[in-house]
Formats: sequence, structure tokens, C-alpha cells
Amino acid sequence: MGFKEKVLSKSIYAFHLSSGSCNNCDIEFLDTLTPRYDLERFGIIMVGSVKHADVLICTGSTNRLCVPRIKKLYEMMPKPGFVVAWGACGSSRGVFKDSYNTGAPLDEIVPVDVYIPGCPPKPEAIIAGMKKLVDKITVKK
Amino acid sequence: MSHKAHIPIGPYHPLQEEPEFYKLVVEGEKVVDVDVRIGWNHRGIEKLSEAKTFDQSIFIVERICGICSSSHPITCVQALEDLGGIKVPDRALYIRSIVQELERLHSHMLWAGLAGHFLGYNTVFMWGWKYREPICDIMETVTGNRQNYAMLKVGGVRRDIEKEHVPYILTRLDEFTRHLDMLRGAVLDDPVLHARLKGVGVLTKERAIDYAALGPTARASGVDIDVRRDHPYAAYDRVKWKVITQPEGDVFAKMVVRIMEMYESVSIIRQCLDKMPAGPIDSNPKDIPPGEGIGQAEAPRGECFHYIKSDGSNSPVRHKVRAPTYMNFPTFRETVIGQTVSDATIILAAIDPCYCCTERMLIVDKDDKDLFDIQELIRLSQEKTLKLKEKMGFK
Ligand code: SF4
Repeated sequence: MGFKEKVLSKSIYAFHLSSGSCNNCDIEFLDTLTPRYDLERFGIIMVGSVKHADVLICTGSTNRLCVPRIKKLYEMMPKPGFVVAWGACGSSRGVFKDSYNTGAPLDEIVPVDVYIPGCPPKPEAIIAGMKKLVDKITVKK
Repeated sequence: MSHKAHIPIGPYHPLQEEPEFYKLVVEGEKVVDVDVRIGWNHRGIEKLSEAKTFDQSIFIVERICGICSSSHPITCVQALEDLGGIKVPDRALYIRSIVQELERLHSHMLWAGLAGHFLGYNTVFMWGWKYREPICDIMETVTGNRQNYAMLKVGGVRRDIEKEHVPYILTRLDEFTRHLDMLRGAVLDDPVLHARLKGVGVLTKERAIDYAALGPTARASGVDIDVRRDHPYAAYDRVKWKVITQPEGDVFAKMVVRIMEMYESVSIIRQCLDKMPAGPIDSNPKDIPPGEGIGQAEAPRGECFHYIKSDGSNSPVRHKVRAPTYMNFPTFRETVIGQTVSDATIILAAIDPCYCCTERMLIVDKDDKDLFDIQELIRLSQEKTLKLKEKMGFK
């Protein structure tokens, strides 16, 4: 584990990217930041700009309009950067798979590191998922 | 000489959890115009629903909006019940009311938190979301899920409220009411909030009616409308409650309306739990006949409306959805013009916009008309056939 990863695993800054979601995943994400679940105890906070972020949290079914933006935001994120596919929509486009306005699945647009399934994932699942991300960062060579 | 500056907001902006693009045109501190670009969240729900069976449609409309994930299904099943003339057992009606009111509680609490965040009261944000948790817990007990409850079905509800759960629900409601009292005191007696929000973003009663505003946005402007009373559904005509209105029309009035509505919701839930008759929860209808049906329900943001047309097959021929933000959103332009830039966010937040409910496709053309409408397309197609015929020598 390099120095960067060691520091990163203790303070993950997350940028929230919603691309055609039903809002529930976004609500549950905000919910885990508030006192009851409090993701901040793992050093995870939400930041306002992708240029400060280490992790891109992608919710929603990757709307066609959003696909180029997702690519762009991923490029703008400082490296090493990680991507979390959030919810059934982020992982596989969920119930909106057949819609005319849904683009490619997220993992064909950007490399995805962690999938958190669920529609929406429960806060406990979210915490477990973020823990997996931390593990992934720390064992990465 | 005046100088107009454009402030772009979005589509990805820390202010919003959903992608949406605004352009504020400002002159100095004053907002003189606002423009919005939509389509970032459009998922083509109406079309999706038309490709599914009636039972699946309900799950699709549940995912229109995460906050209203019982308002859309209840409207949809009411449209189907209207279409088929299907009776719903009494107990199911009470359970529907309970789920609807729980949803209103969690939505209004969530709004109070976000409004606090926009005003720089991050404590209110954290409190609001923390005090919302008892409601999520009750939801989990009653429906099995914190969000996306999957509670509604045509002819009834999917799950019953067990007798053993009632005391738990009541204690958690008590806990919620205690916190609500505290929040009400902290918010409504705060002199800073009075100074900050009174007289900001006023929507007069006349303009509210002109724009056909709905829900708390209209009620805060003194328009006394509420689907729950005007076109009773579920069990709302069997319990006692009142519609909260405020005459002022500013952001503060909208806040007051939402906070006071939460007390009414708590009271409705208690009465429903008390009066709920025993019996079946589902009338198990077998099929949906051809015809048309409409459904209305009071979502936390206003009236939600669904229209469904069936041809006797197992999926809708047409499914039209009108979410409350669709009507409330234009009032934002009305109220924000002439206000300062710093108030723009809270004026927008005051209507509690929900973009994922409202999203439409946007077709951009500089002459302000559709690029091709259907008649145009048919004409083009016919012309092509004619040309082909001529080329091939047919008359
Ligand atoms: S996964 Fe489910 S809850 Fe999350 S955005 Fe998609 S439909 Fe909504």
C-alpha cells in the first residue's frame, strides 16, 4: 500500500452524480451522511466539486444526455479515483433498462470499482459497500 | 447603464441532488429572468409503462419519484379501479391513508432539513433528517421497506398492518411528535428566520390561481384546495382533519403550512389506526376491461394525476402522468424575478421541486417550434412514397 492509498483510505471525499435516478438512491445517500448512520465516522464526506473528489458515486440509469457528462466528470476527477455504482440503476440500469432515453450501462462508460445493489440500497448495505471500497483501496498495489 | 450577467447553475451542482440546468439572468444583485433546460432526468416512464402489464406498471410508476413512492402508485391504482369499477375493501382504504400520511411526514421533514441547509442552518438539516428516521422505521415495519414501499395493488394493498405492530407505531409517532414540537419551536420562533423569509418570493392568491399551483405552494397563498377533502379517496372522508392555509404566499408561509400539515398527518394516522375495521385487504380483481380511468391523489407537493386507457389487453394503451411540480414549477419564475440572487435558492426550494417527477423531453429549435411533429413526419413519408412511385414509373 502506497502513501497515497493509505491517506486516501482514511478520508474519502465523495462526489455525488445523479444521472436519471428516481431520487431514492440520492436520498439514501444523503441519509447515510446524517447523524443516524453517519458515514463521516469512516472519513467519508460529500464535496461540491469533482476536482476535490476521490470517489464518484453514480446513481441512476445513465440517461443519454448524461453519458458524455459522466465521462467528462470521470476525466476531471484527480487520480487515483474510484467509481461506485449505486443501486440497481447504477449497476444495471434497473427498471429503466428498456427506456428510449437510457444510455449505456455505467460500467461500459467508466470503470466501476464497487457495486452496491438494492433499489434503493439500505443504509446498512451502503456502509458495507463503502467498507469494501476502503478495503479495495488499501490492498491495491 | 445596466449590465446583464448570466449565472449558469448545473446540470451537476452541489446545490441540487438531481441534475438540472438553470440560467439566472442578473442585473447587479437582482434576478431579472430565469431559464431552465430540462431532460437530464427523463426516463420515459409513460412509454415504459405502456410496454408493461398493469401489475408491472405500478412498480414502474413507483419509481417515478423516490419521495412520492406511494403517491404515484396510489394514483395509478385509483385510475385502474376507476376504469374497471373495482371495489376496495375498507381495511385496505385505511391502510392506504396511513401509508400516504407517513409519506407526507417523511417528505415534509426532508424538505424542512433541506430548506435549513439552503439557509445556512446545517444543524436543522441534520436534525430534520435524524427526526425523519422514526418515520422510516415505521415504514419499514408497515411495508417492509424504507423507500419504494410496493404497498399498493389494484383492488387493495399487499401487506396488512399486524395488531402487534400498532403499539410500536404509536410509540414511534410519539417520539416523532416530540421532535416535531421542538423543531417547530426552533424554526417558527427564530427571529433570524422571520427576517430572512418573510416577504421573500411572494406568490399572490390571484397568480397562484392563474398558474394553477397545487398543494402547499397554493395553500400558502391562501388557495384552499386539497384533493383529500375535495375528491376524497382512501379513508380521508372518515377521519377528522383540517386543511392548513396561510394568506401571505411568501417562503415563510410555505414553511408554516408544511410544518402544521405534519401535525394533521400524525392525527390522521392515529385516527386511522384506531378506526381500522377488520377484514380482507384485497378484493383480487381478475381483469381490467377496456375503457378510460383517472386517478387523483394529494402527494406531499400537491395533486398527482394519472390517466390510463385500456383496450382490454393486459397493458395500458395510454398512460399519462401529471406530477404536482409540473404545475408548481412555473411559479418559480413568477416569484424569483425582482428578488436578490441570494434568495433565489430558497425561493426555488420553497416550492419543493421534484425534477424526476416532472422531467420531460426537450426538443430545441431556434424558431420555437417542434422540429418535426407527427403530421410533418407523415407528410414526409407520403412524399417519399410518391417520389419513389414516380421514379419507378407508376402513376
Ligand atoms: S436503483 Fe431503484 S431507488 Fe435507485 S434510482 Fe434506480 S429505481 Fe430509484
